Amino acid sequence: MTSATDFKTTDGTGVVATSGQLATFRLDGDLYGIEVEHVQEVLKSQGLTRVPLAPSAVAGLINLRGQVVTAIELRERLGRPPRPEGTDAVVIVVRLHGEAVSLLVDSIADVVDVDAADFEAPPDTLEGQARDLIRGAYKLDGQLLLALDVQKAVSA
Amino acid sequence: MDGLDDIVEEFLVESHENLDQLDSDLVALEQEPNSRERLSSIFRTIHTIKGTSGFLAFNRLEEVTHVGENMLSRLRDGALDLTPARTDVLLRMVDTVRALLTSIEASGGEGSVDVSAVVAAISAAMEDTPAAAAPATPAEPAAVKPAAVKAAAKAPAKAAPAKAPARTAVAKKAATPKAPAKRTSRAKAAIPAPAPVPVDELIEEVTPVVPETPEPAPVAEATPAPAEQPEADAPAGTGDGQTRRAVADSTIRVDVDLLDELMLLVGELVLTRNQIVQYVGRSNDTDLLRASQRLNLIASELQEGVMKTRMQPIDHIWSKLPRVVRDLGSQLKKSIRLEMEGRETELDKTLLEAVKDPLTHLVRNSVDHGIEPADTRKAAGKPAEGVLTLRARHESGQVVVEVADDGAGIDPAKVGAKAVERGLLTPDALARMSPQDILQMIFLPGFSTAAAVTNVSGRGVGMDVVKTNIEAIGGSIEVESETGRGTVCRLRIPLTLAIVPALTVECAGDRYAIPQISLQELVSLDAEKAVNAVEEVGGAQVYRLRGELLPLVRLTDVLELPSDRHDGHVVIAVLRAEGRRFGLVVDRVINTEEIVVKAVGGQLKQIGLYQGATVLGDGTVALILDVQALARRALRAETNERGQESNRDAAAAAARSETERQRMLLAAIGGGRRVAIPLDTVTRLEQVRTETVEKVGNREVVQYRGAILPIVRLDRHLGAYGETEREVLEVIVYSDHGRSVAIVVEEILDIVDGEAAVRSDIDDMGLLGSAVLGDKVTELLDVRAAILAADPAFYSAPAASHETPSGVPGSFLEV
Repeated sequence: MTSATDFKTTDGTGVVATSGQLATFRLDGDLYGIEVEHVQEVLKSQGLTRVPLAPSAVAGLINLRGQVVTAIELRERLGRPPRPEGTDAVVIVVRLHGEAVSLLVDSIADVVDVDAADFEAPPDTLEGQARDLIRGAYKLDGQLLLALDVQKAVSA
Repeated sequence: MDGLDDIVEEFLVESHENLDQLDSDLVALEQEPNSRERLSSIFRTIHTIKGTSGFLAFNRLEEVTHVGENMLSRLRDGALDLTPARTDVLLRMVDTVRALLTSIEASGGEGSVDVSAVVAAISAAMEDTPAAAAPATPAEPAAVKPAAVKAAAKAPAKAAPAKAPARTAVAKKAATPKAPAKRTSRAKAAIPAPAPVPVDELIEEVTPVVPETPEPAPVAEATPAPAEQPEADAPAGTGDGQTRRAVADSTIRVDVDLLDELMLLVGELVLTRNQIVQYVGRSNDTDLLRASQRLNLIASELQEGVMKTRMQPIDHIWSKLPRVVRDLGSQLKKSIRLEMEGRETELDKTLLEAVKDPLTHLVRNSVDHGIEPADTRKAAGKPAEGVLTLRARHESGQVVVEVADDGAGIDPAKVGAKAVERGLLTPDALARMSPQDILQMIFLPGFSTAAAVTNVSGRGVGMDVVKTNIEAIGGSIEVESETGRGTVCRLRIPLTLAIVPALTVECAGDRYAIPQISLQELVSLDAEKAVNAVEEVGGAQVYRLRGELLPLVRLTDVLELPSDRHDGHVVIAVLRAEGRRFGLVVDRVINTEEIVVKAVGGQLKQIGLYQGATVLGDGTVALILDVQALARRALRAETNERGQESNRDAAAAAARSETERQRMLLAAIGGGRRVAIPLDTVTRLEQVRTETVEKVGNREVVQYRGAILPIVRLDRHLGAYGETEREVLEVIVYSDHGRSVAIVVEEILDIVDGEAAVRSDIDDMGLLGSAVLGDKVTELLDVRAAILAADPAFYSAPAASHETPSGVPGSFLEV
């Protein structure tokens, strides 16, 4: 949110809208975006090692070239139903405070330029835990892009 | 280098560096003769060499440097001007010093290098009669010897013997290796040597040497040609000189950070090696196989080599302990001899640092509380002088460090009483613990209080901190003590932090790594054996490991996963943590492997069950179990039962619930009758062959672990009619206050939680009542009555006057 930020506006709800580039991905039919500068890399589905007793959103650990990285199941985190059998997750590795964490999503989409002018607070249709993780929505042509708060999303 | 003392070797390395510096400084000085800074730097260098050579008893070296120093100090103070002639003699001095050092390196002594000419030349140059002496050069023998020179030469020689006692003390300090930080200590060590220079000036001068040294080497090439000559000459004189690599050329100083990085990379290499070896194992390409075997070998050697670069002898931290012991001993008016065994044992530098404080603490503790004052010792028939022994050795990939004293020892009974008093343990749990286990209680946090100092000979102070520190580096600590004979604290420390030997196990389809440092043994039971050997129950499974009750913890239960082992086999990893032994039941044991510990994210650390994660040979990630945490989590229920309950409820309620929630051992006594015995009173389950039962008077006894154990047959005692002739008797051993009895039952059935039991009173001999346990009516044994039937004196007589014919005290039963 630093380098790619052009300006910031604050709407009535106190949510900060930013312009810049978002890396977008699909999850249970919806389009989400995270700041492109947080994204380290995107990988195909990886072998996961489950972690017993971990919070439910922790899908497991992956081996990222010898580094052990925690994987967060974003469907679980957002209160969505589990990914259908037979479909593989895509792994987005994000780097926050020098630590790599990965997010499991359905599929990766484009990098999108967003304008703070299109920004709105989270739609009322969003419920519960998802609402805390969504900063708001950008109105794109034909659909909404939900801006995910990466920090909150990975602190499962 | 062989035969050379460490100190000398180090002196050589440093002096060679200094001399290179000196050459460039001197040449630079000619360009700017008035630079006091340079002069000071040169002065310091020569001064350091002089000081060290003084206490190493290299008298000629000292002589040369001494006159050189004199001249330099006068140059520095402006009493003399630096002329080219003076520069020449200074350079000659440097050459001579070099020649001497080369000779020392080659032969260990100063050899035949003649210094008188140089000394004369320098003195002459100082006396301002230059032109005559200076060109005299090496060819001229020691003909010219002004009286002044003699005087100068004698002064240091006289000072030398006086320094001798100081040398041994300093020597230890100086024996430290080449790490930059150590230079300070050496520079200081040099201080006592030179007599003539005022002390104030010395301290001021010597210390700044440290940051001074590294100056671009290229200038050294400007060294005048003669410099090469003495070096070339000296080795020729000693014969084997050529084959020998010069000490100075064979060592370099390396930044520890660089080594850390190398270590990390080697760790990665080891992982990759593991992967390749595993992959290749599945192919039949012989060439690839051969290549991978070589890779395997080389990687192992590389790993070892890099690890070695970080290894330092434990003496580095031991060397300051004699002082600690001496000071504290004299303060406490105790005479204590410190002995050290295995001081050359090496371990990783980082670990060495981490062990320093805990070790010092243990030593202080032994001096303070372990070893008694002289008169107490004499009264106990021990020599007045206490002995504190430090031992270090390598043992199966670990370093074992022991701090042993021959003091009063720790009384388990007192420790146990204290633990109960502090609410760390229930009296019942205490009764079931072996003295060895009880001793480990001194490491519990609640134990370190002032009151414990007086009551438990003080071993509690800060012991939990010691333990925490040792565990933080993946080590473990245990204490052994024999009352009246002494105490041994044993630290087990991994050789290195980065790479850990581990056992990989499988549980519910996943693999986990268990650091081998806490692993004691593996037990594998087939289905048939397991049925008999493992008392299967919710929460209180036990296995009889060579007669001792080993609490079992199922990893699947801890992880809340379903086991995928359905064939009844039981695989137990016997682990030691928190000073207690327990058996971790896993699905399968896979392998032993060297693993590289990787940190896990914050969320996973919070679970408090994993020490980290690692990447296994096949590339999958495996979690590393934190055995300490596992023990705390799984065994807490047992030891802290009372503490938890009193938190929740009032004391009365706790007392009530304790009686109600007792765990019961269910046993069949024949005739279809079942008896419940409170598990708290059971020390051990045993099997005894019928033919070993003997008669003493009208009582049955059995020899058991070298003692005589009175027997009560529960079927007879309670009037049931079991099978009389069995080959093997199932025996429940009950011990209290050092006395034991054996209760014979027909079969041990189960262990159940007595909480839901409904009691009804029946007034029958030997029974407290009955209850429904596990859907069956079960009689509750009056343990006291049963025991009295076996040993009427059990509760009244003190252990020493036990009626067992042998008269052996009963305590040996508790092992």
